This record gives sequence, structure tokens and C-alpha cells, in this order.
Amino acid sequence: MTTTTPFRYIGKPIPKADALERVTGTARFGADLKLPGMLHGKVLRSPHPHAYIRRIDASRALALEGVKAVVTAQDLPPLEDARAAFGGELMIDLDHLRRLTIAHEKALFEGHAVAAVAATSPEIAEAALELIQVDYEVLPVVENALDAMKPDAPLLHPNLYTRTLGEKPSKPSNIATIVEVGFGDLEKAWAAADVVVEQSFETQMVHQGYLEPQACVAWVDADGRIHVWTTTQGTFNAQRMLSALLKVPLHMLNVIPAEVGGAFGGKIYVILEPLAILLSRKAGRPVKMVMDRAEVFRATGPASPAYITVKAGAKRDGTLTGLYAKIVMDAGAFPGAPVQGATWCIFAPYKAPAMKVEAYDVVTNKPRVQAYRAPGATAAAFASESTLDMLAERLGLDPLEFRLRNAAQEGDQNVTGQTYGRIGVKAILEAIRKHPHWNTPLQGKNRGRGLAMGAWMGAILTSSSQVVVNVDGTVQIVTGQVDITGTRTSMLQMVADMLQLPLDHISIRVGDTNCTPYTDLSAGSRTTFTQSAALARACQSVIAQMKAQAADALSKPDRRLTPEDIEYADGKFWVKSDPEQVLPWRQVAGLTRTRGTGPIVGTGTVTRLQPANEFSAQLCDVEVDPETGKVKILRFTAFQDAGRVINPIQVEGQMQGGAVQGIGWGLFEYYAWDKGKLRNPTLLDYREPTALDLPMIDTCIVEVPAPDGPLGVRGVGEPPIVPGPAALANAIYRAVGVRLTKLPMTPETVFWAIQEKKQAEHLQAVAGDGA
Amino acid sequence: MRPFEYVAPKRLREAYAILAQADGRTVRPLAGGTDLIDQLRVGRKRADLVMDVKHIPELMRLEWGPRKGLYIGAGVPCYRVYKDPVVAQHYPAIRDGAMLVGSWQIQHRASLGGNICNAAPSADTVPPLLVYEAIAHIGGPRGEREVPLERFFTGPGQTVLAPDEILLGVRVPPPPPRSSSHYLRFIPREEMDIAVAGVASLVALDSRGVVARARIALSAVAPTPVRARDAEAVLEGQRPTPALLVEAGEKAVLATNPITDVRGSIAYRKELVKVLTRRTLSKALADLGITLE
Amino acid sequence: MTTFPLDKLSLRTQVRMKVNGEPHVLLVKPWQTLLEALREELGLTGTKEGCGNGNCGCCTILMNGKTVNSCLVLAPEADGAEILTVEGLAQNGRLDPLQKAFIQYGALQCGFCTPGFLLSAKYLLQENPNPTEHQVRLAIAGNLCRCTGYDKIVRAILAVARGEVQ
Ligand SMILES: Cc1cc2nc3c(=O)[nH]c(=O)nc-3n(C[C@H](O)[C@H](O)[C@H](O)COP(=O)(O)OP(=O)(O)OC[C@H]3O[C@@H](n4cnc5c(N)ncnc54)[C@H](O)[C@@H]3O)c2cc1C
Ligand code: FES
Ligand code: FES
Repeated sequence: MTTTTPFRYIGKPIPKADALERVTGTARFGADLKLPGMLHGKVLRSPHPHAYIRRIDASRALALEGVKAVVTAQDLPPLEDARAAFGGELMIDLDHLRRLTIAHEKALFEGHAVAAVAATSPEIAEAALELIQVDYEVLPVVENALDAMKPDAPLLHPNLYTRTLGEKPSKPSNIATIVEVGFGDLEKAWAAADVVVEQSFETQMVHQGYLEPQACVAWVDADGRIHVWTTTQGTFNAQRMLSALLKVPLHMLNVIPAEVGGAFGGKIYVILEPLAILLSRKAGRPVKMVMDRAEVFRATGPASPAYITVKAGAKRDGTLTGLYAKIVMDAGAFPGAPVQGATWCIFAPYKAPAMKVEAYDVVTNKPRVQAYRAPGATAAAFASESTLDMLAERLGLDPLEFRLRNAAQEGDQNVTGQTYGRIGVKAILEAIRKHPHWNTPLQGKNRGRGLAMGAWMGAILTSSSQVVVNVDGTVQIVTGQVDITGTRTSMLQMVADMLQLPLDHISIRVGDTNCTPYTDLSAGSRTTFTQSAALARACQSVIAQMKAQAADALSKPDRRLTPEDIEYADGKFWVKSDPEQVLPWRQVAGLTRTRGTGPIVGTGTVTRLQPANEFSAQLCDVEVDPETGKVKILRFTAFQDAGRVINPIQVEGQMQGGAVQGIGWGLFEYYAWDKGKLRNPTLLDYREPTALDLPMIDTCIVEVPAPDGPLGVRGVGEPPIVPGPAALANAIYRAVGVRLTKLPMTPETVFWAIQEKKQAEHLQAVAGDGA
Repeated sequence: MRPFEYVAPKRLREAYAILAQADGRTVRPLAGGTDLIDQLRVGRKRADLVMDVKHIPELMRLEWGPRKGLYIGAGVPCYRVYKDPVVAQHYPAIRDGAMLVGSWQIQHRASLGGNICNAAPSADTVPPLLVYEAIAHIGGPRGEREVPLERFFTGPGQTVLAPDEILLGVRVPPPPPRSSSHYLRFIPREEMDIAVAGVASLVALDSRGVVARARIALSAVAPTPVRARDAEAVLEGQRPTPALLVEAGEKAVLATNPITDVRGSIAYRKELVKVLTRRTLSKALADLGITLE
Repeated sequence: MTTFPLDKLSLRTQVRMKVNGEPHVLLVKPWQTLLEALREELGLTGTKEGCGNGNCGCCTILMNGKTVNSCLVLAPEADGAEILTVEGLAQNGRLDPLQKAFIQYGALQCGFCTPGFLLSAKYLLQENPNPTEHQVRLAIAGNLCRCTGYDKIVRAILAVARGEVQ
């Protein structure tokens, strides 16, 4: 388990362990399960973004033949502990989770669940929805965070008081939290600077855009045991949320993971599951619920829109003197915008003597946000990396050299006060400096190259897995860790090397909550990092148990051996003092059956590791059509510090997929609102990039081992989404001289920015002529 | 989806009989279904009976004769149109338009007839047909009639079809001599998008290189696809120059009456019309050996 | 007041089709999509629904040799048709070269989009055995993938076209 032995599998491009079932169509996703007697559930959703619900009359729906159950908020058990909090990434308290699951006295966003129906066919369920009568009293809509913060704004929650470091405010507000962090003296910083740049930015609500809509099947059996098959990032998180929502003890609630068709942070909360369980309990039959795409857009948890102002000062030589940001994030209908992530990330790659961030978590009449890959960081980096580019330009410095000069390293401080361990910022920037992309001049009209960095703190939480040795010597990894990024494969690789066994002797099963040890959700780039440590412990334990068994078997009547007398390598156990006395792994494993020593099971758990901070950078070349504003990406290279690569195909895959999500966020994607109503709830008008909108995405991985964990692994899932929008904005600026401060940078916004610039130049020329 | 009945007549007469006996029920013709099925699913349209027209031989014809021109049956899917060598040779803009509709999966189903009858202002196959002055061939239990395609549309989603009528096909007259045409649309992505604005241009030159005929038609910038007659007039009788093309673009804007929606603003759409008019004209002229850009 | 056509709920119509080489006769609801019929009636859940309106390509199948979005085909329209779904790609236990290449090149992550991509790619190579990168991108423009950024998908398809994976 030391990192010095050469690995057979770690670092190799091993094909995905579960790929075969995916290319043959046999992998079971959320909507693929069918149980005997299964009913179909559908949700009645509020057409109003903000309205009191005065009355719900479901009697006509219930009278329809084939309708087996209707549920409303009334069917939830009463609330006890309102402050219990859930989430894993973006936290939500129980009272809010209940109200998010199904509207109580008020509908707070368009698409908010109001009632649910189970019927013998989908069309009967649909017919029943039309028969439910709801009396709404429509309320004024709070459309965005800036409006929400106004003193006279309509309130979403009568009992929401701003949480600050100061005293509890006397009046409720739409501002849930104000966070302030930082160090140093900013006034001095601005005074010491030769150039100070201040700029405001705006980003829109976007969606994770996973292709698999939420789906689940719930069945409450005759004993009251609950079985839920669902497409979730964390079975245990789902189990805890359901247990709290429904007041059911954990042993009565089994969450069974379905394959997840993409999640990116958006499949952490339970959404359909509680409704499906309530329906199943009433109807006495299994209930399947599947969202359609419009429901996915309206009623799941997209990513926070943000308003960010950044101020940055530097000396003529490029040394930063101070960094400041005000971040306002829109959480949607309930508190919990990713202000922590945004705050940690916004200046993370840099050092400066003074830094400060003020961040606001604000509620509005929109769907409650959830995590989206590096939650908070992408909007933050769009603002900070654009501002730093402006600053570099004002100083006449090369954007790469400017960043290198200010690059944070071990011992420097994040704005939150965290002191960095070993980090890869400099290594990434050095890699760019050497890269052919950076060193190939970009020629041609209306073309430009942009650079930006990204960061993610790296989540930790609790992870565990079991490693079980079968009597034939093969090995089973048993885990509740849902695989959303290929972690089954990397876990197999790690265990094969840790046990020094051939890969094909090992298999892995992602099991349900009833038969695997507790492990937290798969999110926040924590899975491979924390599982590397958990598996190392499990494997250590397995080898110790195997050694004990080998010692027992190799003992002679005249000499009792202890595990300390046994050496292990490459599938063989031998006596240290007498290497001729050897037992192969398989034989030692077989002893389990005959010697009564019990099964060999190693359980590994970790909860505390030093964070493995993650950094990335992206370089992109664009060409802008000034007549239409359309941006074409000519070349794109993603750089990232992976700590240690377990599987290069998978790391590249994360980098490329994340980069393209960043491109979509930068150029195309946004929720178009009309007074709280979504105008583009389809994949036609919510434009995810297609293959034709992109070039190949080149990757360059650097490896600066993480300060903690057995292998030096860093998470790789989050950082690749972060730099894209800023890199594009910086490239567009260099191509056509316009600085875009709002996302997305659609052709139309680029076009008008160019027109404005032309107009300004024209006016200047005219004024110049006059003088 | 809300329940409906389905019928697939194999002869035109059967189809007419079904329409004649509708008796207050909503009968919806179904060609490729790429508009209709989603509209039924989300409840934007309702149907009591869906009548699949793809088994009616008359609607699946794609025929050409040098004197008669082209006949495109209403049910013929886009891929058959743009893969047809005759269309590619004689009607480049029609090929362009058919190639732009959706993805390959969509093009294997989506028909020109459906694109026309759906009557979206953004329909990509319509401006190319308008520049060739295509004629809609309509039929029903009360008889058949022909209407210039330009007059077929009465508003967004609205046409001259009576409830008991269907589109049988479009007749496209032979192209004028020494002519070419192109259609371009603007979308934010490269594919899979609905036009923010689209322009089809046709130019025919006489023996002296003067524009003998110009036809320009626009999509997504008015309640229906429209001809830009002022722009055409600017070109006809003139020798093409870069400045003339710019002027034509500006004149084309006069025919627009766009709206602001999620896909684009009024002002932006007008700007796009200028650019696309110029670009389609110069592409068509380039085919005729005149390079201006 | 609802206008839901409750009277039509029990309507069924017969469809004969050949799916992955096997003949089937089934009773479908006239408003059922082919996608639903394949998944619900035949249990062929490899074909996925990502959007239900032709935009994601997850439901792509070959119908009479051509790719279509099965979410935009009514089941009764498939009467008499030959259908190929992802479940029928492997022949006699041998994976299609595209399936092998997708595994080898890491052209899938979550795999939800994979069946659709495989069929779009199959059709492309049938039509054009030697596509350029741009032609590959055009051929798969009707298939969204949110995980991979398409890079490895494009490479896998090009590798099969070049005969590097068989
Ligand atoms: C993903 C996607 C992308 C798309 N991209 C584009 C695009 O780029 N450009 C574009 O223009 N369109 C696009 N469309 C819209 C659509 O594909 C086209 O309008 C298509 O041409 C419609 O043809 P269809 O045969 O599928 O029509 P259908 O859906 O079968 O019918 C459309 C309408 O016409 C009626 N109808 C059909 N045939 C007749 C007839 N013979 N007589 C009377 N009425 C009839 C139907 O009742 C229905 O109301 C797209 C659609 C999707 C789903
Ligand atoms: S489900 Fe058919 S295209 Fe998305
Ligand atoms: S692999 Fe997940 S959508 Fe393509």
C-alpha cells in the first residue's frame, strides 16, 4: 500500500468495468424497472410561481376508474425536528425539504408539486390530474435575487430571518444568509495598487442537463417495509432524507441504487421518492414515477444564478495587492445557494495580502437549486478570471505570466482562512507554458485565445467499502458507493494493486442500503479520493486476516507462527524466516471454509482526511463572426491537477465532459424566465452543445500528489467545468475587443456588444474630428 | 398522451372518405409526426383521430420533368428530397432547406408537407419553395384545388386548409435558365435549432450578366414565411455588385415584421436578414461564376 | 371540467413487426409511441427516453434501415416494419465493432446516451464507410451526450471506420 511499489493497474487506461452492459442496453436505469402490479404515478404541479393554495379537491380524481391513490401535503407525518439538515452538498433543513417535496400552504415556484396520483396506467393518471381541483390565490412573483433583496419585496417565507454573524434581525427577509470572510486590509491594498479594476457580472440559472430524467419505483410491502429503486447519487443520503420525511426507521427503508444516467450534483435530494412511497403505501402496490423533460427543467434542482462584483488591485509588476468580491446567489424557493463553494473558489488559485468576500444566499420564486459540478465555482470563476484578465491587460502583462506571478502555493491562504497544503496551481501554469497550444500563434481575423483557471476545494465526508475474500480466492468489493463517474473501475484497479492480485480476480457490487456499510453520496469530487483511503484500510485488514490464516496453516507443532512471521506479495504468503514455506492466496482463502476461522471481510471507513484541493485551467481559441455574433471554438485544451491518475481514460473523460458543460454554460444555456414562468423547458430551446458545436477537447494532466490519502489522488469531477465560461469570455475579448460580463454569451449578446463598441468608436472618431 | 384513434388509409379516396365522415371529430393528418406527436403529447393540439398519410401513393411521389418541373408529395421525407440528384442540380435552395430540418433522425421522417402544414414562421423548407414560386396542391372530399404557396399561410400555425382538406403536394415550376439559389438560416448552435432568421435567394442572370430574375423569401421574421419584393426589385435589371447585395439586404428588412421571443429580438432578427440575404445572394451568384465576396 | 377522452382508454390496435430479427405481434394503444411499445410491451429497455420530443436522440433506433427518434413514431406506424435496437446490435454473441470501440475508447460514462449513439453511428457507417471528423459530428448531431464532451465518441466511430476495431 505504499506508493513506491510499481502498480500494475493504477494509472492504466483500463476499460470501464461496467461498459458491456451499457453498450448492449442491459444496464438498468431508473425507469427500466417493472414490478408485478405496478401502478404509474404522476404529479400535479403548480402553474403559478407564487400562490397560496386555498383548497385541493381530489374527489373527482379518486372516483375515476383505475385511480388507486392521491396524496397531498396532508399525507406527510407532522414535522418534529425542523432543523435537521440534509443534502451532502447544498444543505436544506427538514422543514424546507418537506415543503420542497410537496407544496404546503403555498406554491413557491412554477412546477412545485401540489398533489400526486397513482393509477393503473399513465394516461389514467394524467386524466386524474385534470380532475383535481386546486384553488390558488396568486401572489406577486419575486423574479430574481436583486429584486428579492429590496426592502419592499414580497416575502417567500414569513419565518425566514437572515443569518449573519451579527444579531438576529427583527424582520423576516428573502436573504437567508450573509457570509463574510477574508483577511488583510483592503483599503491599504487599493492604495498600494497601481491599477485597480472593478467589474460586475451576471450569470443565469442553468441545469445539469443529465439525459436521464428522475425516475423511481417504490413499494411498501405488507410488513410496512419500504423498498425504493431510484436513480440517486447517494443511497444513504436518500435513505436518511426519506426516513426523516416519512418518520420511518432506517431498517424499514431500503434504497436500492439504479444506474444513474448522469447527475452532476442534481440527483442528491429525494424528489419523486417520497411521493411514490406515500402513493404505494396508500394503494398497497408498487408505484413507478418518471419525470418528463419539462418536469426535469421546472421541478428538479438547477444551478444558482449569480450577481458578482469583483475588485482587484495590482502593482505595475503584476503583484496582486488585494482581491474583493460581493457574491449574490439565488437559491430558488428555499435557502441553500452554493455561497460556500463560490467563496472558497473565487480567488483560490491566487495569493494576495488582502482578500475579502461577502456572499448572500437569497430566495426567489424559482426551483430550489441543487449542486451542479463544483457548485458556485463556475459563476465565481467567470467573474474573477474575467476581472484578472482585464487587470493583466491594463497592466500590459501576459495573462499566463500574470497568473504565475500570483499563483498560490503550499502555505498560502485561501480567502476562507484555510492554509493550503500541497497544491498544483503553479504546476498547471507551467504545463500551459510548455504546451504546444500555448506556443502556437493564433492567426486570422476575429480570432482570440483565452485562458482561465478554476478551483474546487474537494469534498470529504464519510466513505466506506468492504472487501470480501471468497473461498476460491477471488475478491468482491461490496459498497454502497454509487458509481456516477466510473468509480467501480477505479476502485477495482486500486484494490487489485493494493492486494497485488490480477484484476480479473476481483469484482465489485454496488449494493443497497440494507446490505452495504454506510457511505456518503458520490459528489463533490470526493469518491475516488476518499475511497482510495477507505479501500486501503479494508485491504490492509484483509491482508492481516489472511496472514493470520496463513500463519495458522504454516505453523508446525514445534513452532506456532503469528501473523508477524508472515510476508505477503503478489498472491503468495511465506514465512519470513523460511521463504520456502509458501502458500498461495487461493489456498489461504480456501482455509476459511475448513478451519472455521470465519469469513475474511475487511471494512474500511474514512471520515477525516486533509482536503485535496483541486485546480484546473483551460485554454481556448475562438473565431467570432462579427456580423452575427456567433462564436466558433477552434481549439480547446483542458489542464488539470489530478494528484495521481488512477485511470487516464476516466480522468480525460471527466475533463472533456466538464469542459463541454462549461462551454454550454458560457455560450448557450440559460433558463429564460417570464415573470417566474419558464419559457424554454425543452432540449430544443435549452441548448446543450451538440457534437457539431465543438472541436476535439485536448487534455493535459499534471500530477501533484494530494497531501493526504494513500495514493495522492485528487478528485477530478468538479474542476473541469469551472474555467470554461471565463476562458471563452477572455478569448472573445481578444478576438473582437468586447468584454462580456453576462452569461450566456449568445450570438445576440456578442453581436450587440460589437455594435456598441463600433458605435462608441464611431462617436469617438466624430468627436476627434470635431476637435 | 391523451388517447386518440389511428388510421392509415392506403388510397386517396379512403382518406377523403375519412375526412368527409369526420362528423365534428378532429382528424389530424400525420406525416412524419415530428411536429404533431410532440404537440399531441404536451396537449398543444388535440386529436380524435390521427390519419397517417404515408401509405397514400399520391402523397409519396417525388417526380421531375423538364417542362412540368418538380412535384413533391406532401408525405415525402426530407432525406428523399435532399438526396435526390435532380433537386440538388436544379433547386439548390430546396436541398439546403431540407438538409437543415432537425437531425438525421428527424429528416428520415419529417416531410415538406408537414413543415408546410405546421405553418411555423420558421419553417426551413418554405422560403426555398417560395423563391421557386411553388404551388400548393390541395385535396378533399369536395375536390382538389391549387393555391400559390405564398398565399397558403394565414398566420402562425394557420393555413388556408379547410378541416376536411389535406395537402397533397407542392408543384415547383422548372427553374429559370442560368439560375441558382441558396437558403441559409441563423441558429445559435450548428444544428438542432429553430431558425432565428432564414433567407432563401434565387438569382437568374441573362446573357449579359444582368439579373433577369431575383426571388428572396424569409423565415422566422414575420407571422408567416414571406417574400421580400423590395429586395427583389432592387436586384432585377442590375449587374450584381457587392453594394447592390448590401442594398438588397437592407430592402429585405422591409418585408419583415418580427417578434421578440426566446430565440431572438426584433432588432437582431432584422440585422440577420441583412446578412443572410447578402450571403445567400453571393452564394447563388458564385454558383453562376460571379464571385463578389 | 376536463375534456379527457375517457371513452378511448380501452382502444387497442394490432401491430406486427420484426424487432432485432424476431417477429412480434402486439396490441398497442394507438397513441402509444414506438419507444413505449418497445420498452413496455417488449421489455426492450435499452432504448431510452431523455426528452420525448426528438431533441436528445436517446431513443434512436433503426426503422426499416433508417435512424428515427422512436419517441416521435406512433407504435401503430411501425406495423410491418423492421426494427433494430441496441439489444440487436451484437450478432451471435459477437459485439458489433462499434460496441467494442465504445468500450475501448471510453466513449461512454453514464451510458444513458450510448444506445442512441451506437445506432446513429451504425447508420452513418452503413451510408458512408469513410467519414471525416466533421461528417461524424454531423451524423451524431441529433444525439446529445452530457458526460463525455463527444471527443471519445467521435474517436471511437472514426476508429471503426478506419478498421482499427473489428
Ligand atoms: C428535434 C426537432 C428539430 C426540428 N428542426 C427543425 C428545423 O430545423 N427546421 C424546421 O423547419 N423544422 C424543424 N422541426 C419541425 C419539424 O420537424 C418540421 O416542421 C417537419 O417538416 C414536420 O414534418 P412532419 O412530416 O414530421 O409533420 P407532422 O408532424 O406529421 O405534421 C405537422 C403538421 O402538419 C399536419 N399535416 C401533415 N401532413 C399533412 C397533410 N398532408 N395535409 C394537411 N396537414 C398535414 C399535421 O396534422 C400537423 O399538424 C424540428 C422538429 C424536431 C422535433
Ligand atoms: S427521447 Fe426521443 S429524442 Fe429524446
Ligand atoms: S455517457 Fe452520459 S450522457 Fe452520454
